[in-house]
Amino acid sequence: MSEQLHYALFTGCTAKQSTPELLSSTLAVADKLGIKITILEEASCCGASHLQDFDEFLAHVLNARNICYAEKLGLTMITICNTCQLNSAMTKHALDTDPELKARVNEKLSEVGLEYKGTSEIKHFLYTLIDEYGLDKVKEKVTVPLSHLNIAPFYGCHNIRPSELHEEANGHENPYAPTSLDNLIDALEGNPVNYESKNKCCGFHVELQANHTSEVLAGNALVDAIDNNADIMVTPCPLCHLKMDTYQDSVGKVMGRDVELPVLHMPQMVALALGCSEKEIGLNFHVQKAKQLYTQAS
Amino acid sequence: MSTQTEETVDDYKAFNTDEVDTFQPTRKVTLKTFRFNAETDYLPYYKHYEMEVGKDELILDLLNRIKWEHDGSFSYRRSCRHGICGACAIKVNGKATLACKQNALELIDLFGDELVIEPSSKKRAIKDMIIDKADFWAKHAAVKPYVIADVEARPEHETKQSIAEFNNFLDSDLCIQCGACHYSCPALEVNDAFLGPAALNAAYRFTVDTRDQAGDERLGITAEMGSGVWDCVKCFECAEACPKDINPIEKIGKLHNLQFVRGVAESNVATRHAEGFLRGMKKTGYLDEADIVTYSEGYLGMYKHLGTAFKMMKSGKIHWHSGIPFINSIPKIKNLDEVQKLIEIAQTNKL
Repeated sequence: MSEQLHYALFTGCTAKQSTPELLSSTLAVADKLGIKITILEEASCCGASHLQDFDEFLAHVLNARNICYAEKLGLTMITICNTCQLNSAMTKHALDTDPELKARVNEKLSEVGLEYKGTSEIKHFLYTLIDEYGLDKVKEKVTVPLSHLNIAPFYGCHNIRPSELHEEANGHENPYAPTSLDNLIDALEGNPVNYESKNKCCGFHVELQANHTSEVLAGNALVDAIDNNADIMVTPCPLCHLKMDTYQDSVGKVMGRDVELPVLHMPQMVALALGCSEKEIGLNFHVQKAKQLYTQAS
Repeated sequence: MSTQTEETVDDYKAFNTDEVDTFQPTRKVTLKTFRFNAETDYLPYYKHYEMEVGKDELILDLLNRIKWEHDGSFSYRRSCRHGICGACAIKVNGKATLACKQNALELIDLFGDELVIEPSSKKRAIKDMIIDKADFWAKHAAVKPYVIADVEARPEHETKQSIAEFNNFLDSDLCIQCGACHYSCPALEVNDAFLGPAALNAAYRFTVDTRDQAGDERLGITAEMGSGVWDCVKCFECAEACPKDINPIEKIGKLHNLQFVRGVAESNVATRHAEGFLRGMKKTGYLDEADIVTYSEGYLGMYKHLGTAFKMMKSGKIHWHSGIPFINSIPKIKNLDEVQKLIEIAQTNKL
C-alpha cells in the first residue's frame, strides 16, 4: 500500500452531542480502512449558518481559527457534517480571495497566537473515501454486503450547493443529479433507490422558526423514499439525520400517513458493510428503530 | 496571380459547408416536453421530440425547432435572445435554465441524451412553458423595489455615490426578474407567504443604496415572521438557479446581518437562535443543542419540544453523563480561552 492517508477531523458539535454514533462509526470506518485520523479537539462550532446571520465577521474569525489547527498539522481538514463543510469552505474561500478580509481576520487571530495561511484543503469524509481512498478499495473490504437493502441516498444541500464553491472538494458533483452516495452504496453492494427528493432540502435549519415548512420538506423526502421502496435512508449530514430521524412522528401527522424509515449516517452504512461492531455503529442512538439492521445484516 | 487563385480556392474549401459539418458532430437527443393548455386540457402530458443537436445550439433553438419543425402550437415566452429580458426561463431536468443563454450540449453532457423540458413552475402553467407569474410580481412589489427619497423639486446638486457604495448593490442590480430562483425555492413551494429569493434580493438592492431612505421600513417588511428572511431554509437552490450569478441567498444573509448592524432586529425565536449560538460557544466552544432551543423559544415555548426531547433522551441523543440531563453534558474544546477571547474582540453585532 502507498502512503497512509492521514486527515485532521473536524467533528462539529452534533457528533460530540446528539449523534455520538456519527463519531464512533467514522472512527471505526477509518480504522478498518487504515486511514489515520487526528481529531481537532481545539475546533469550535462552525456557526451552522446561524451565527453567520448574526455576525458574519466573527463567524469568519472562529472558522479560520479551526482551519489554523489543521494547517498546523499540515493535513487536509475533513468534515462529517455538510453544514460544517459549507461554513468552513465559505470562510476559506472568502479569506483566500479577499486579502483585506484575511488581514483583518489574522489581526484578531494574532491575539491568540494563530495565523490563517490557506494551506489546508477542506473536504467532507464522503469525498475523501471516493476521490482519495477509492471505491474499488472500499469494495474489497466489504465483509457484509448490503445487497438485502434498498438504500435511499439523501445528499443534503450543503455538500452539493453552491456547486461553484464545492466543485474542487466534491469531485464536480452535479447538484441536479448527484452520484457520489449512489456510487458508494453500489460499492457496498446495496441497491441505491432512485427518487426525486435525493438532492432536496430536509428543512432542518428552520425547525424552530418555520416549523411547518421544516416538517413538510422532511416529510416530502421521507415519503418519496418510502414510496420508492426504500428500506433505509442514508445521509452524509447529521443535521439531515436529526431532522429526518427524530421528527418522524410529527412529520407523519403533517403528511397524514405513517412515516417510518431508519435514517443512517453515511459512515454507519459503511461500518455496517465493513463488519464493525454494534457499539461502533451505534444504531441504538436512533429515535426511529434501526437495530433490526444488525440481524438483517448477519 | 496563380497562387492567389489557389489560395482563394482553398479559402472556399475551408468554408465549404460539407467539410465544416464533418467538424461539428451532432448528438441525437430526445426532448421529453411538458405540454398543457389550461383552457382545454384536464391534465398535463409529455410529448417526445427527437432531433440532432449541434454544438452551437441553445436550449432556445431547440424550443424553436419544436415549434417550427414539429408542432406549431407549442408555446413559450421569448424576447431579447440576449439573456437580459428574463422571459425564456424554464427548467431542464429540474435545473432552472435561461433558454437563450444555455448551450444544449452542455446540458446533454450533464444529464444524458434525454432532456426533460418543463416550465419554471408546473403548478402555475398556463400553456406549455408559459406560466402565470402573478405571485412573483406581487412579492416583488411588496418590498418596494425602488429608491424612496425626499428630493427637492429643483435640486442644485447631483446625488453622488462612491464606487464602493455603488459596488455594494451592483450584482444584486443585475436581476432580470426571470423567476429562476423564485420557482426553484422549496420554502416558497411549501409556504405561499414567503417573499422568496428574488424579492429579497430586490429588497437588499434598495436598502443598501445610499440614495434610499426607506431601508428600515424594508428591513421591517423582510423580517416579518412567516414571510421574511427568517423563513429561508438555506438550501442554496437560488444560488444554483440564478443565470446572472447574483447569489440571492448571500443577499438574504446580508439582510439577516443588517437586522443586527442597524439595530432593528426584534428579539424573537429566529433572532435569538442566531445570536444564541454564542452562549454555548463561550461556555464550551460548541453549540449547546439544548440551550439553543430553550433560549430561542423561551421557557414557555419549550413545551412544544418536550415530546421530542423525551424521545431523544430515550435513544441517548440527549446525554446523561452526570446523571442529570442538560447539565455539564457537553465536552469542552481544547484552548477554549482562545474562542472566548476572539468572541470578545471580534464580535461586531448585538441583539
